[in-house]
Parts: sequence; C-alpha cells; structure tokens
Amino acid sequence: MNANGITAAVGEPRPRVEGRLKVTGSAAYVADVPMPDLAHGWMVTATVSRGRIRDIDATDALAMPGVLGVLDHRNARRLNPDAAHHFGPDRGLPMLQDDAVPYAGRPIALVVARTPEQARAAASALRVTYDAEPHDTEFSMNHPAARPASTLFGPEADTGDLEAELAVSTVVVDEVYRTPEENHSAMEPHVATAWWEDGHLYALDSNQGPFSISQVMAMLFFIDRDRVHIRAEHVGGGFGAKTICGAQIILAAMAAEHFRRPVRVALTRRQVFLAIGSRPPTEQRVRIGAGADGRLRAVHHHAAFALSPLAEYIEWCTEQARTLYAAPAIRTELSAVPLDRLPPCTMRGPGATPGSFAFESAVDEVAERLRIDPLRLRLLNQPAASPVSGRPWSTRRLITCLEEGARRFGWAQRDPRPRLRREGNLLVGTGVAAAAFVAGVFPASATIAAETDGTFSVRVGASDIGTGARTALIAVAADALGVSTERIRLHIGDSDLGPNPGAGGSRGTTSCAFAVTEAAKALREKLDDPARPVTVTVDTTPLINWRPAEERNTYSAVFAEVTVDPATGEVRVRRLLGMFAVGRVINPLLARSQLIGGMIGGLSMALHEESVRDPITGRLVTADFAGYHISAHADVPNVEADFVADYEPQDPSGFNGLGEIGNAGVAAAIANAVWHATGTRHRTLPISLGRVVETAAPRDRQEAISAV
Amino acid sequence: MREFAYQRTTQIRDALSSVARHDGARFLAGGTNLVDLMKAGVESPARLVDIRSLALGGISESPDGGLVLGATATNSAVAADPLVRRRYPALSQAILAGASGQLRNMATVGGNLLQRTRCAYFADPSEPCNKRAPGSGCSALGGAHHNHAILGWTEHCVATHPSDMAVPLTAFDAVVRYETLDGPGEVPLSEFYLPVGDRPDRETALPDRALITAVVVPAAEVAGKSRYRKVRERASYAFATVSVAAALDVQDGVVRDVRLALGGVASRPWRARLAESALRGGPVTAERISAAADLEVAAAEPLRDNGYKVTLARNLIEAVLTDLAASSGAASGGAAGNGAAGAGEESDG
Repeated sequence: MNANGITAAVGEPRPRVEGRLKVTGSAAYVADVPMPDLAHGWMVTATVSRGRIRDIDATDALAMPGVLGVLDHRNARRLNPDAAHHFGPDRGLPMLQDDAVPYAGRPIALVVARTPEQARAAASALRVTYDAEPHDTEFSMNHPAARPASTLFGPEADTGDLEAELAVSTVVVDEVYRTPEENHSAMEPHVATAWWEDGHLYALDSNQGPFSISQVMAMLFFIDRDRVHIRAEHVGGGFGAKTICGAQIILAAMAAEHFRRPVRVALTRRQVFLAIGSRPPTEQRVRIGAGADGRLRAVHHHAAFALSPLAEYIEWCTEQARTLYAAPAIRTELSAVPLDRLPPCTMRGPGATPGSFAFESAVDEVAERLRIDPLRLRLLNQPAASPVSGRPWSTRRLITCLEEGARRFGWAQRDPRPRLRREGNLLVGTGVAAAAFVAGVFPASATIAAETDGTFSVRVGASDIGTGARTALIAVAADALGVSTERIRLHIGDSDLGPNPGAGGSRGTTSCAFAVTEAAKALREKLDDPARPVTVTVDTTPLINWRPAEERNTYSAVFAEVTVDPATGEVRVRRLLGMFAVGRVINPLLARSQLIGGMIGGLSMALHEESVRDPITGRLVTADFAGYHISAHADVPNVEADFVADYEPQDPSGFNGLGEIGNAGVAAAIANAVWHATGTRHRTLPISLGRVVETAAPRDRQEAISAV
Repeated sequence: MREFAYQRTTQIRDALSSVARHDGARFLAGGTNLVDLMKAGVESPARLVDIRSLALGGISESPDGGLVLGATATNSAVAADPLVRRRYPALSQAILAGASGQLRNMATVGGNLLQRTRCAYFADPSEPCNKRAPGSGCSALGGAHHNHAILGWTEHCVATHPSDMAVPLTAFDAVVRYETLDGPGEVPLSEFYLPVGDRPDRETALPDRALITAVVVPAAEVAGKSRYRKVRERASYAFATVSVAAALDVQDGVVRDVRLALGGVASRPWRARLAESALRGGPVTAERISAAADLEVAAAEPLRDNGYKVTLARNLIEAVLTDLAASSGAASGGAAGNGAAGAGEESDG
C-alpha cells in the first residue's frame, strides 16, 4: 500500500482487462473493423521455387463479377528498393516490382474485387506461366554457399585455447543436431486494411509493432514517417511472425493507392504458411570437452541456418554456449546458408530455442559419458561472471531455478542410468535443461496526461499480441502515478503514439514500462494544480543501459518426464515443470500463462512441428494444420511454471521480459528425458514416432503371452 | 464466386433422379470432407443434393444378428450405439479415434467410406496428382511421402485411405448396400475400393451416381473380442500413421477365429489375410503372433522415406494381438466362448 492508501497493482494476479471483450467476441480485430467503400485484395503466390514470370493472363479474371483489377509487376507502383527493417536492407519488401521469382510462395499479384469471394474466385482464374530456373532449397551446414552470419548482434565468442583444452579433456562430445523449418501458427492470420487521404497512408494491420512497421512503410513508399498511421488494437498472436512488415499491408497500401479506395488484404492460413517468414532450419555442431571431475574445459558451438539472399537474418543459436557454463575455452560460430527459400523471420525465442536444444542436449551427453548426474553437472559449472566477456551478471538466479525445480520435480530420487523404468510396455524417463535469454530494453516514448476528471491518459505505442501487455502497463502506470488502476486510460497499438519497439525480443512490456514509469515520474513533479491538465512525454533513449558493465539475462530450468512406447515410437510428455528467473514479475497470472504457452510451444517443437518442403520442387507441402502438426490438447500434460524471487537492477522497477524464455529449454529437457527413457539420443527434431519406433519387439511380450 | 445449386431431398428416388439429371451433381451428407475440398478447389460440383433428410439414419439389428448401419447415421451415433459397442467394440473405438467430436457429429457412415485421401498433393490443385487430375503425375512418389502407402501402391499413386471406421468394417466383412435408378445393389467392402492400378482417380466399385444406403455388418462372434489401435503423429486429431483393427477368439489356447485389418498403409483398408491364415486354427503363442506379423508385412514395399511404417505395422499387429490374446486368456476362465464377453468392451451402462 502506498502513501495514498492505494494497493500496489504490480505483483497482483489480475486478469486481462480486455478478457471479457475477447471471450464474448466483441474485441474488434483488424478484419472486424468495418470500412465504407472497402475493396478486397486476394494475394496470388508463386508456385515455382526460382524463375521468371513469363506471363500473367488476367483476361478471364478481369471479366469476372465485381473485379476491379489486378496488380502485378507490370502496373504496380515503384517501391523503394533500399527499404530496410531491423536486420538491414530487405529486397523482399518491395513486391510486384519485377518478373523474378526468388522463392515459392512469393506474392506475384493481387486481385482486387468488391468482395473477398469475388477476389478469390478471380484469383483462381488468373493464368500464370513461368520460366522456371534450377533452384536450390536443400539446407545443410556444409552447403558450399555457407558464409559467416551477420554480426549485428555482436561478435561470436572465442576465448582460450579450444583445441588444447579439447586435447586434455577426459571426454569429448562432438555431435551434430538438427531442427527443421517451423511456422509460428498465430491464431489470427495476417490481415491489413489500408487507405490513403491527402498524401497520408492509414492502415489497420495485425502486427507486433505499429511504429516500426510505419518506419518501414514510409521508406517503401518514399514518404515521411509522420504521414504513415498504423493501428493494431487487438492482435491474435504473433510469435515473431508479425514483427516484420508483412505482405498484407504492403499489398493493401499499393492497391488502396492504385484503386483509390480502402483495400483489405486478409491472408488465408495457407497463404500465411507460404508467404510469411518462418523459423529457418538449423544444423548445429557442438563440441564439449570435460575433465573427469565434471568441469567443462572446452565449449565449441557452430550453428548454421538457412536464409534468403534477399535479406539478412540472424538465428542466434550460440547464446547458450557463451552464457550458461564456465569453461576456459569457448568458441561460437554462426553460419548463414542463402537458399531459394522463403526469407526467415524471428520466431518465439529465436536462436535460443533451437540453440538450446542442441547445446543442452550436448551438455546432457557429457553427463552421460562422465556417468554424472546431469543436474549436478550443470550446477558444477556455473560461472561467477560471464565466461566470455568476464563481465558480472546483473542478476543470475539460475542455480535457484535448478535447485528449486529439482526439489519440486523430485529429481533426488532419479537413477541417472537410461532404460531402467518400465510401466507395462512403456519406458519412462526424466530430463532437465537450463536456458538463458538475453534481456534488456529498447528506447520507447510514453505520454501521460493528467485529465481534469482525475484520470490519467497514458499513451504508449505498445502492442498487446495476446500476452496481456495492456493489463501489465495499466498496473505499471497506476503504481508509478500512485493511483488506482481505475484511473488509468491506456492507449496503445498506434504508430502515432511515439517511438516504440513493439512486442519483440522479449522487450515490449519492459521497454514500455520503463517509458511509462519515467513519464509518470516527470508528471508527478509537475502536478501541482489538479484542476489544470498537464501532459508530459518522455523518451527513454538517453536513460536506458545505465549499467552497461553488467550482462543481463533471464534464466530457466526445465524438467520433463516422458513415456515412450518403443513398439510404436509414441512419445508422451507426462510432466513439465519450468522454474523461471525473470526479474520482478508484473502480473503473475498473465506471466505464468505466457510461460506455460511458451512451454507448450517448446513441447510442440520437440515432438511435432516440422515444415516439410518437397525435395524436388522445394515447395512447402505442409501449408495447413492438417499437414503441420502442433500439439493437440491431448499432447499437453500437467504443465507448471513458477518464478524464483528476482529483481533486475538495470531496470528502475526491477522488471525483465519473459516473452520467449518459456520456449527455450523445453525441447532439450524432453529430448534428454527420451534418452533417459530409451537409451537412444535423438539429435534431430521433431522426435517423431518414425524416428523412435524400434525394430526389436519389447522383451516382456513373451511373458504376457505365457500367462495365457 | 464459384456458384453451385443446393437442394434438399426427402425421398431416395428424388435424390437419385436429381443427381442423374444434373451434370456435376453430387450427394451431400455431413460435408466434412466434400465442403473442405470445394473450398480448396479440388471439387467443384455444380449441384449438391443434400441427403440428410432421407430416412437412412437408422442403426438396426439384422435378422442374422448383425447390424445395419444407415448411410446417414452419424459417426457419433454409430460409435455410441450399445449394440455396436457390445458386438463390434473395435468399430466404436475406431470412430472415436478419428476427427473431433464436432466432426463426428456431422460425418456419416456413407460419407466416411467415400472420403478422399489426405495426401497434401491431392489437396493442392497447383500440384500434379493422378487422383485429382488423371495423367498429371504423382508428386508424392518422389516428393514428401513420409505418411504414404507401403502396400498396394503403384507408380501412379501412393496415397493412403484415411478412414478409421472402414478398417474394422473391413475386418468384419461388412457389405455396402446402394441404390440406383435401376434398383438396389451391394458390394462387399473388401471389393469396394478398387486396386490403384493406373487409374487412381477411380476409387470405388460403386456404380456411377449410385447412393450408398447402408453398411451391413454380418454377425461374427469374434467381433465381440475386437480392438482398434491407432498410432498417429500426435495424441489426437491426426490421421493414422498405422492403425490396426483386430479380433481374436481363442478357445482352449487355440485360435478359433481371427480378424485383422490395417489402416494408413494402402489406398484402402488392408485386410491382413496372410496373418489371419497363419494364426487361425493354431495355438496362440508369442512366436506365432510374431511370425504372423512378419508374414503380413513381408510384402510391404516402403517408399524412400516411410520404411518406419513397415516396422510400425509389424509391431502394432503384434501388440494388439498380444493384448487380445492376454485378455481372452483372462476371460476364458469365466464365460469362455461367449461373444459378448470381449476384451476392450466398454460398459454401455
């Protein structure tokens, strides 16, 4: 309780403020917002993996009812070829500019009609012919085109004498791990409605950051950013797939200008699979050397991922190797392999999630070969400071996560030997993995107005993609202003609300909370006359990173129990426990919900998810939920997520982001549990039944029959 | 917009003549597959003749003690029927292992048999597919065929039949009854699905524009001791990777009758007659079950990427028969030979 008798809102488990709107279907998502004189665009995508468009014959399509026209490279307006997003220039952003087909799924035309049904029907009457060219979509880390990845996130690690340490190690694990292409599968497919007025572009768009999307759109269309106005009030999930400026808004804006009326482009599920970036496949070689005492001596993690030559991208898989454990020699390498594939896009826990599968599987293999408990091995190698930079941690409660998780999970009773526990025909095993996720804040701006009715209007360009950011920021604003949450009027999801990083990198809420807290501080200093409205705006650019000497991360320890039927290869996760150190928690109800969601995503990645491309055509075969399997309810067991007490000293309120740490670590914990159950190490995801099924019949069948 | 006519009929004759009169007309029952395929552009009927109001929804006992399942009886109704659950538990289990509650409430007996393959290339009109566009080629043969056929395929098509329900029906020698304008007819389910050959677009022996009216399941004591086990890539809501419907009647340690069919392995439910013959009349032992399973899959010809299915099919045959043998052993101490005392039976309360 504060001096005004108001109970602190931060730390309280409060349900989402818009929860009622959502469960009653009255929260208006982009496609729900009516628009007078609206036309509808239907996206047409390329069906070859590389080549040139020979012809697009629209004769039949144009004659169909309701059709307003067809946009393609022959009549579309020119877009800025140098437009860039956070990874740098992206040649994939300018669409419909030429006849080149750089990947299957590339948008090549937009059919515009009065109704979506008319547009769709006309699109299917479009006759597209290609001059196909040989393509290369087959990913491997040894591909001749492999090259060092962008170092935008900083240089890779290289400390100590790796080969010398490996040479004196008692055991050396040297294995290759693979993760497939994966799709975000947000519930709401990408959709945008765009219109132009007096040289200003307006758009409702399902995205994760209206401000950054407005920057890209301004570049693309050669206009000032303050002439681009993008709103995203409610967003039905993103998982990274809506951090980019998507085909839907680019095409809608082009068509709105061309046809001089508002145009909506709503993608189907299949179109999202085909045309919106996915997590790229990875191949990762991990070498770890350790002494007989269980101390790691050498860590080498070389990860490669696929991308498109159109744009830079980083799947930063090597974060775990430089953060989790102490070792005198640590080297990380990151390679990118340009292929004729859909350009990748950050997906929940980019890098850390596939990276931790490889690295924490390899650490488990070290424990296996040393015959040492894998939990003990992890505890034994905890670094006092960053093993690469030598800098101190701002906070690091990983040991507490591991120990408290082990206590709750009942780890002490575990026999580390594999393939010992049976229940009928099932093999039972348990596994653990640790994870770290780099934390921090991006610059953001917030405006708070003290209104004369006693309320406070808080304006911040945050995105609530279903995480509960809106609810969290109301609590932060209320506490920072020393008032009850009922007096906060929060406005988010609008590029006009000032610079904002959006919901990405696990930093949306912490970045916005920082700005709101600072704005509230500034406002309270000016708030002398309650009858007079006062407005302040604070941009956190000069305020953040005031303790740069420290490394800032969030941490988790994940424990899994699985059953495996060796006769059928069926793997079921029976228990999943995650202990998290994520700073001070704003809203434990929503935070727990988000972490459990992340853990389910990790389970789904471990056992089910795999985008499959045709080995001959390179086209995506699994472009729907019949082919791309995410875990069903029946696959999801008792999942527990909880927090250890933590406080982030780099944040004025002690917060850290937790958007992605829930995913990382889960796949490795499950893979390690499958090894413990079966004695077989699975180094390729997903751990599908075809990979697990064993040719030898279970031994105890004989006994079952002899009882007859 | 792709337009089509829709009409509802209450008389079988009207339905038949309407489909006969209009080119491109199709019967519509639950629509759980046909409507999806229309949306995907795989099917484009000019007219849908809704048969859900026909008096074909009943489930009744036939004079010989078997069952007559009306063509428009919903999957949910069949799965919940007390006689089905008591006399053909594998049939109830198979239906409940498929789709979701919502889909089963709509899907029908006739529609289930006529559903199309879930091969991704079939469902995508921009891909070559001999089943959808005869002569265009089979994309799955050299493409992504992880979940395709290991038995009975030809280079023209390697797709599998997706039905769960049809697997136990095949094991139980069900017969499909149909009606045409020229009168009724029937065809055993074992001959209902045509061999793939070079025309995978021709899927069934049903005469052109015929309407399935019922599926007759003959009485069989062994069916009371039946079980369905489905293995799929997640715990629910996926088509079978491999499934097994099995029934086993053991008397004094000897196999009096056995039925076995596999799903997910061929263009039709695969009746495992080789394994059945190997087991029938002999003692039930682990070795003999194992040998029967090996014998059945010996003819399998896996594709480049689905060899695991051979192992899986073999193991699953063995596992289900072993379970049935073990539980029939337990049951034989009591009501031996009573067809109603089968394993896997659920109380119909």
